[in-house]
Amino acid sequence: MEPSELKRSKDSPNSDESTRRSSFPDEVLERVLSLLKTHRDRSSVSLVCKDWYNAERWSRTHVFIGNCYSVSPEIVARRFPKIRSVTLKGKPRFSDFNLVPENWGADIHAWLVVFAAKYPFLEELRLKRMAISDESLEFLAVSFPNFKALSLLSCDGFSTNGLAAIATHCKNLTELDIQENGIDDKGGSWLSCFPESFTSLEVLNFANLSSDINFDALERLVGRCKSMRVLKLNRSVSLEQLQRLLVNAPQLAELGTGSFSEELTFRQYVELESALSNCKNMHTLSGLWDAKGIYLPALYPVCTHLTFLNLSYAALRSDELAKLLAHCPRLKRLWVLDTVEDKGLEAVGLNCPLLEELRVFPADPFDEEIIHGVTEAGFVAVSFGCPRLHYVLYFCRQMTNAAVATIVQNCPDFTHFRLCIMNPGQPDYITNEPMDEAFGAVVKTCTKLQRLSVSGRLTDLTFEYIGRYAKNLETLSVAFAGSSDWGMQCVMGGCSKLRKLEIRDCPFGNAALLSGLEKYESMRSLWMSACNVTMNGCRLLAREMPRLNVEVMKEDGSDDSQADKVYVYRSIAGPRRDAPPSVLTL
Amino acid sequence: MAKEGLGLEITELRLGLPGGGTEKNEKKRVFSEISEEEENEKSNGPPELQSKSQVVGWPPVCSYRKKNSFGDKDGSKTSKFYVKVSMDGAPFLRKIDLALHKGYSDLAKALEKLFGEALRDAESCEFVPIYEDKDGDWMLAGDVPWEMFIESCKRLRIMKKADAKGFGVLQSREALNGTLK
Repeated sequence: MEPSELKRSKDSPNSDESTRRSSFPDEVLERVLSLLKTHRDRSSVSLVCKDWYNAERWSRTHVFIGNCYSVSPEIVARRFPKIRSVTLKGKPRFSDFNLVPENWGADIHAWLVVFAAKYPFLEELRLKRMAISDESLEFLAVSFPNFKALSLLSCDGFSTNGLAAIATHCKNLTELDIQENGIDDKGGSWLSCFPESFTSLEVLNFANLSSDINFDALERLVGRCKSMRVLKLNRSVSLEQLQRLLVNAPQLAELGTGSFSEELTFRQYVELESALSNCKNMHTLSGLWDAKGIYLPALYPVCTHLTFLNLSYAALRSDELAKLLAHCPRLKRLWVLDTVEDKGLEAVGLNCPLLEELRVFPADPFDEEIIHGVTEAGFVAVSFGCPRLHYVLYFCRQMTNAAVATIVQNCPDFTHFRLCIMNPGQPDYITNEPMDEAFGAVVKTCTKLQRLSVSGRLTDLTFEYIGRYAKNLETLSVAFAGSSDWGMQCVMGGCSKLRKLEIRDCPFGNAALLSGLEKYESMRSLWMSACNVTMNGCRLLAREMPRLNVEVMKEDGSDDSQADKVYVYRSIAGPRRDAPPSVLTL
Repeated sequence: MAKEGLGLEITELRLGLPGGGTEKNEKKRVFSEISEEEENEKSNGPPELQSKSQVVGWPPVCSYRKKNSFGDKDGSKTSKFYVKVSMDGAPFLRKIDLALHKGYSDLAKALEKLFGEALRDAESCEFVPIYEDKDGDWMLAGDVPWEMFIESCKRLRIMKKADAKGFGVLQSREALNGTLK
């Protein structure tokens, strides 16, 4: 909607403020703006003028906060009085890889207290990398009578007792999505806490939990929640139990199976296949732990409609994957383990022409003795068969510059290119040269690139290329790369849209850090660990840029002057007051 | 949670991929030749990263993926019955979860599945399944009850019968002979 269109209609007899530039009544403006959904559109709109800022803030129902420390809950509540849905992200991404100290922060509780007072009608809470305790979950469960959707991704600090509180008290719950968290799994009895009268659940994901749940309780729950469209089971649910669930839930759109491997009689197999084939709406399939090749054909009827297949917990061989993919012509997203090897990826290229996203995870990332997995050949094969590919996450043990050049030539539309050559600093294994030209090809060819993760042996040349060509780049991850400060300076100077930069184990020092002085306020955050940044460099940054929080995490036994881990982010809430002793705020 | 440094030297038993990519039907190698060839292999990374021990948080695989790895019923620790299996003539080692099998014949079937190709290409030589036990001795598989076997087996090897003499299996044969007396 163009601002000019709105300004055209000037007749508004109800407007009683002739001093305002816009003669549009608030209510109408708010109504119109309520149609805007994305937070970026809303941010843009709020900058037009004061009236629009106010209209926008009164009509906003969902707030997205990418860094929980960039703002305080009080400030949020003051600006947006009518919020019903909140998305909050906490710890730096490298916390997923154990690089962030325990008790770093990002605790949700202070937020919940403010929300309970200011947003009693809160319906949705989606958290990523936040710390949340059982007490907080209990508080949440009893403080918001309209609460509908809870999604926890990569969070920690809670146990299944907290889930029990949610199940017990949230009478209107439609979504319980517990993904990949550091949860203290004390048993499966939480699931039995849903009252027998409770029927509203649409999304249930407990795939990440390991304990056995009470299957009868689950069966009854699924049977009475007729609107359920997403069901992701944990490994303890057997194939036979899966069949019983599916018989009562053919409307499912997304299914995460449990273990896919027990011995089935022929009749049980046929029943399973039949139950699956009745799921006409299913477009997403995951789980499949311990998948046995002989049972995969039961999935064929579902495969024809699948758009997202997540096999990252099923250690399939190349022939098993090939047979399965022959039935998945509509696949747009595929996640696999590298046990499928290059041959498996060839099958991807042959069978999935509509593929847009591929993620290949390593089955044995830490075992150096076993060398299998995928190579550059697999990636190249996929690129030939899947021209629409725009999102890739690829873990491999060898790569060449030539292969990457071919890949991006075949697939120039990459928006997310995350390549992880698992041996740090490894060069092109054929020419023994650095991998500079590979990433040069990526940034030169893929003009829409938003996210890039680099790896292998890289000199400053890679970063010169990135700075010069990656004009749409928003997120960059760098490890064991670069030759000098110049590399990082190129990125800070050239990537105008950069929002998130995370760097580890690179020879970038104070000059590099300070070259971004002007830039950090337009970014969400910067992470630098095991680089050459010193405490003095950080102090200087903190002094020059008071609206940035500059936090240093010291390692035990390290030199006093070294800044081992640095986390810099913009904030209107000032320095945080809940930092643990290991985190120094400068 | 994160695996501690294993201090694995790259020169330890490792089958490096030749420059031209993977070739599954490579010429057969006997156990002792492998360790010799290893020392002559070209290094892949800069010298300072050669003998790398575990680097914290690298490769960047999320903790939940590490925990939920294959063979894990429990989710919080890796199955202690996961052992490496090597086979003479096969280019890659494999891993097998002994806990998933009910007995020796089940294991034999699984091994056939894993190494089927290599077994078939073996030009009619016979193979002996041997395993390294807790004491570091190489034993012939099949002597002890299954439960005892999975407790003590550290790794498996499918060795060519012809090579049995050149290796410590002779020890176990003598032990076997000893017990038969």
